[in-house]
Amino acid sequence: MTVAVAPVPPLPGRPRGAIGRFVRHVPALVSLIVILALVAGAVFAPAVASLLGIDPLAEDLFNQYQPPSAAHWLGTDALGRDVLVRLLYAGRVSLLVGFAGALIASLIGTLVGIAAGYYGGRVDAVLMRITDAAIALPVLPLLIILAAVDLGKIGLPESFVRSGQAGVWRIVVIVALFGWTTAARLVRASALAVREREFVRAARALGASDLRIMATHILPNILSPLVVATTLAVGSVVLVESVLSYLGLGINPPTPSWGGMLQNAQQTVSRAPWLAIFPGIAIFATVLAFNFLGDGLQDALNPRRTRR
Amino acid sequence: MGAFLVRRLVGLVLVIAAVSFVSYALIGLMPGDPIDVMVSSNPDLTPADAERLRQRYGLDRPLLTRYLRWAGDVLAGDFGFSRTYRVPVWDILLPRLGNTMVLLGASFLLSLAIAIPAGVLVATRPGGPVDYGVNLLCFAGVSTPSFWLGLLLMYAFSVNLQWLPPNGGGSVARDGFFGWLSYQVLPVTALTVASLAVYIRHVRAAMGEALAQDFVRTARAKGASRRRVVYHHALRNAMIPVVTVIALDFGTLFSGALVVEQVFSYPGMGVTIYDAIIGNDYNLALAALLLATFAILLANLLADLAYAWLDPRVRLH
Repeated sequence: MTVAVAPVPPLPGRPRGAIGRFVRHVPALVSLIVILALVAGAVFAPAVASLLGIDPLAEDLFNQYQPPSAAHWLGTDALGRDVLVRLLYAGRVSLLVGFAGALIASLIGTLVGIAAGYYGGRVDAVLMRITDAAIALPVLPLLIILAAVDLGKIGLPESFVRSGQAGVWRIVVIVALFGWTTAARLVRASALAVREREFVRAARALGASDLRIMATHILPNILSPLVVATTLAVGSVVLVESVLSYLGLGINPPTPSWGGMLQNAQQTVSRAPWLAIFPGIAIFATVLAFNFLGDGLQDALNPRRTRR
Repeated sequence: MGAFLVRRLVGLVLVIAAVSFVSYALIGLMPGDPIDVMVSSNPDLTPADAERLRQRYGLDRPLLTRYLRWAGDVLAGDFGFSRTYRVPVWDILLPRLGNTMVLLGASFLLSLAIAIPAGVLVATRPGGPVDYGVNLLCFAGVSTPSFWLGLLLMYAFSVNLQWLPPNGGGSVARDGFFGWLSYQVLPVTALTVASLAVYIRHVRAAMGEALAQDFVRTARAKGASRRRVVYHHALRNAMIPVVTVIALDFGTLFSGALVVEQVFSYPGMGVTIYDAIIGNDYNLALAALLLATFAILLANLLADLAYAWLDPRVRLH
């Protein structure tokens, strides 16, 4: 016996499901647009630069500290370089570090967390002890030391050490080394919850290997918290990179990054405040956007979360 | 309780030993070594002299030997001399640690003093415009780089309005109490905003949970006043998780202070560690780093003890 039930038509203009919940989170939606704009600005930085006829590295000592004007929309810096074009170029570095650092941190965290949560017992105890210790470390002083290490002394080829690439990847590795703990705890908690579910026990009874169970049964079920955590991590990685570069320990000049553009800004803030303001706005907007985006994804992917 | 303390203290010693070894090894990997520095400042030194000096200071020994010798000295209370200041490391560190503690303490108390009432306010009016506004402000707060906020504050209040000094830590002896205080305002404010936002979120979440508990409904049902329900029943229980998260967050606050100090050239641990590392002042850098690690670990331990003290149901074992 079947009873025909007419499906309830979705309300017009109100998409449902995860996408619908995401679209209704206005700050997250706006943030997504902001992020896309920032990424576009970074990707098309060379195009914009050639369109404006400005070289981001060209120094013009006759045009130092020019305030924002029609020729230089956001002014020029201590070496007469255009701030707007440098901001776009810096976005390439800062965003690359943000995405790469967050992804690697999440990857490490996922491996550690899944192993701890799935195997439990002694493996769990050891891994979580290490995680706790890593969380308790004084992050910034250690970051400063790591950032000051001479890569040539650990056996990397000289040509790589001197290139701008080395600075970027050094920072990515450093932030990932300290950022994996959040993902590890989160994944462990989820894996602990999932591993006792019937389908996991069924898979085990059918003789699936541990690796297969972790990859095909546990990982898909912890994906949504992981996506949220990774999104939030991009924001915090951008923040950490900006701090290190501000201290002069991150990406080496002349490769610009947003934090690097703020280096020594406290000395020029009285005569050229725009040098302190605009790169900071870029960092602030990026971090804020990723925080809102993470919040929106959280609501969208996990509707049972109690709204606070 | 006793066994718990012993185990935690053993853990603390282990982590400090690990951190000190890793830092010792990493500092050796920084550009230049003490002999290079001497050679570059004294053109009369021949390579043979440099080699002799290297032997004299034991720099030709393996890493582990050097580390153990240094660790032995440290355990005997001898942190060595600072290369740049030419005085015992401890004489530099103590006053600077005091300055950083002023910064941290003031910011911590200020954050709590604002976050608790603000968190309670929004938790008791969930979903309202106040909740929404405070939520947005919290998002903005956690997304603001504290060093950038420091720059903006410096521009507004020191450069434009000229109300407050732009850099330095001040001294009570030289500037008087209020003069000294004026040096603290901007760094403390820059440091407070980020932690304030985090604390408000914690308080709101904990209060929201506490207000949904059965004992709160019971208290309401028996006719306790709204004020008494919120502050006596709910807040006291909400503070238990809040204390823990906030103390665990001490490391973040500490790191924030190190950066803010750099903006305002504030003579604290941050500037010390930074200058020591940049200036190849190994003894000073290592001692400062160990002190920072110790402070953070101690704060975490105190958090656990406070947790047990606040919540009689918790037994430490």
